[in-house]
Amino acid sequence: MAERRAPLEYNRLWQMRAWLFAVFFFLYAPLISLVAFSFNDSKRTTVWRGFTLRYYEKLFTNDNLLLAFANSLTIAFVATLISLVIGALAAVLLWRYRFPGKAAVEGAFTLPLVVPEICMGVAMLLFFTRVLPWPNNLIWPFNLGSIIIAHASFCFPFVALVVGARLASFNKEQEEAARDLGANDWQAFRDVLLPHIRPALIAGSLLAFTLSLDDFVITFFTSGPDTVTFPVKVYSMLRFSVTPEVNAASTMLIVLTIMLMVVMMVMQSKSQKKNKG
Amino acid sequence: MDRALASDAKTAAKPIISFRDITKRWGSTLAVDNVSLDIEPGEFFALLGPSGCGKTTLLRMLAGLEVPSEGHVYIDGKDMGEIPPNKRAVNMVFQSYAVFPHMSVADNVAYGLKIDGVPQAERDKRVKEALDLVQLGHLAERMPDQLSGGQRQRVALSRALVKKPKVLLLDEPLSALDAKLREAMRFELSQLQQKVGITFIMVTHDQDEALAIASRIAVMNKGSIAQLGTPSELYEFPASRFVADFIGSVNMFEGTLVDDKPTEATVACPDLDPHRVHVPHSVPGKAMSPVWVAIRPEKMTLHKDADAPPAVPECPAAHNVARGEIKEISYLGDISIYHVLLANGRLVRISRPNRSRWDQDNFTWGEKVWVSWTGSSPVVLQS
Repeated sequence: MAERRAPLEYNRLWQMRAWLFAVFFFLYAPLISLVAFSFNDSKRTTVWRGFTLRYYEKLFTNDNLLLAFANSLTIAFVATLISLVIGALAAVLLWRYRFPGKAAVEGAFTLPLVVPEICMGVAMLLFFTRVLPWPNNLIWPFNLGSIIIAHASFCFPFVALVVGARLASFNKEQEEAARDLGANDWQAFRDVLLPHIRPALIAGSLLAFTLSLDDFVITFFTSGPDTVTFPVKVYSMLRFSVTPEVNAASTMLIVLTIMLMVVMMVMQSKSQKKNKG
Repeated sequence: MDRALASDAKTAAKPIISFRDITKRWGSTLAVDNVSLDIEPGEFFALLGPSGCGKTTLLRMLAGLEVPSEGHVYIDGKDMGEIPPNKRAVNMVFQSYAVFPHMSVADNVAYGLKIDGVPQAERDKRVKEALDLVQLGHLAERMPDQLSGGQRQRVALSRALVKKPKVLLLDEPLSALDAKLREAMRFELSQLQQKVGITFIMVTHDQDEALAIASRIAVMNKGSIAQLGTPSELYEFPASRFVADFIGSVNMFEGTLVDDKPTEATVACPDLDPHRVHVPHSVPGKAMSPVWVAIRPEKMTLHKDADAPPAVPECPAAHNVARGEIKEISYLGDISIYHVLLANGRLVRISRPNRSRWDQDNFTWGEKVWVSWTGSSPVVLQS
């Protein structure tokens, strides 16, 4: 006879199991079919005609797509670095100091989180064409400058948010202890505060990188003919038809994102282990 | 001011720490109100007071973590002024211990020396010595989250002492430990202080702790020093009701000074009426002025009920006695505490040591008793 269910063992209810199955199905079935059809040996994507790597070959010989890919990675990398510095500093500023208008500054920092992306996109477009026209004949990667600035502006609040949450658990006596033991302000920051917020910096940069990598709306408004990013390129390919090539490109992006996630999670668990011993 | 201090230093032993007219304001609240205090080298000094009395602020001003609004702090005769915490010859053990969680025990202790640029070989030697001093040598490679609270405190102690400070500051050092460990650490702290021979200054709200460890105590209240003295001076000769009440427990009776001669004085207390309090010495204060009589619970004696009050030696008849009924007995093992309700409705505490395993008198709940005390027991207070 089966053992009786304990009061909180919800995972043994059949309704719960069915619900879990439904959730996973609707989450992952589209992704799995996208990946599967990238190997489909057919011009159309709807019918399975056998396995092929043809579309991946095509992908790697498509210079436009490769350029878009390189653009995306460069933008994501630089925008992450910028938002990491600005975001961490913003979080420390708001955590450490009391000053008039603090609430307003805090609000301004979180504004990019709540402003609709389409508005941000239009605003950026206007800004970089009318207010501060970004020269469009610069050599690579400087022609990506306007997109990098746009990305950093919506990524840094996420970093600030994550770092701010981590700072809340910091024991200020630790910094005072470092000062008491002979450290100056900078040494106390480097030796005590920075190790404490390191996991948040890693998580924040992961967040910023993936946000930047797959951003479409804002990039669409700020990119020019020579500064197409990967998502924008995929979109333009889709406009003609849904080809297995688009599937293959999307699969590459998914794989890249998952790899990044894994790397960051390993880094984070290592730094946590170091923190805890 | 400076000149006055210098001439002082020539005549008397030079204090290691001097607070001069220190005031600290937070906006409109006064945290420390014009405090002046000298601490001698080698003392185990305690700043004792209820929370919010300014004791921690005073300690933090010494460490340089706060800057006084007015006045001067001198460490070893040098005006600290705006000197930052990292340039002061004092080190602190924080209330939360503030052990760095991402460093091993040895790295924690070595941190201050590393910052000072002490060469590796000397650093290792001093870290080992400092860890052995607090019996943590075998845990040098552990991380802080693998340590108990008591061990973490030893790391904090060792980390501060390794820098060979002139003064060690301790902010509520025992408050985070459990009762048994606290008792053991009290003893260990005073042993440690004798071993390293430097001045310790401790902040605490726990009067037992201050009495047990400190060689001298400043009792603070509302930003000022209420009384300064050795533990026994504070306990036996409190200068005010606040000190009498804050240190130990006390039975306080409001009364009027009815008779004051050079060799004896008498106080009439409504709570004790018709009996009066007699002391064999004069009392400062005008005749018929209001005074308070403070008597410690262990200095009162219980007697079996009788028609006549018990005789108190060297005391006029029917003085220093009161009649009442036992309302409550708290048996604490080593002593018992009796709550006696006096005829006038006043509850007094009396403690008795349980000297033998069977109590001959066998006082019990609801029993009518007499309470007495000798003439030297009460302290008569003006404020």
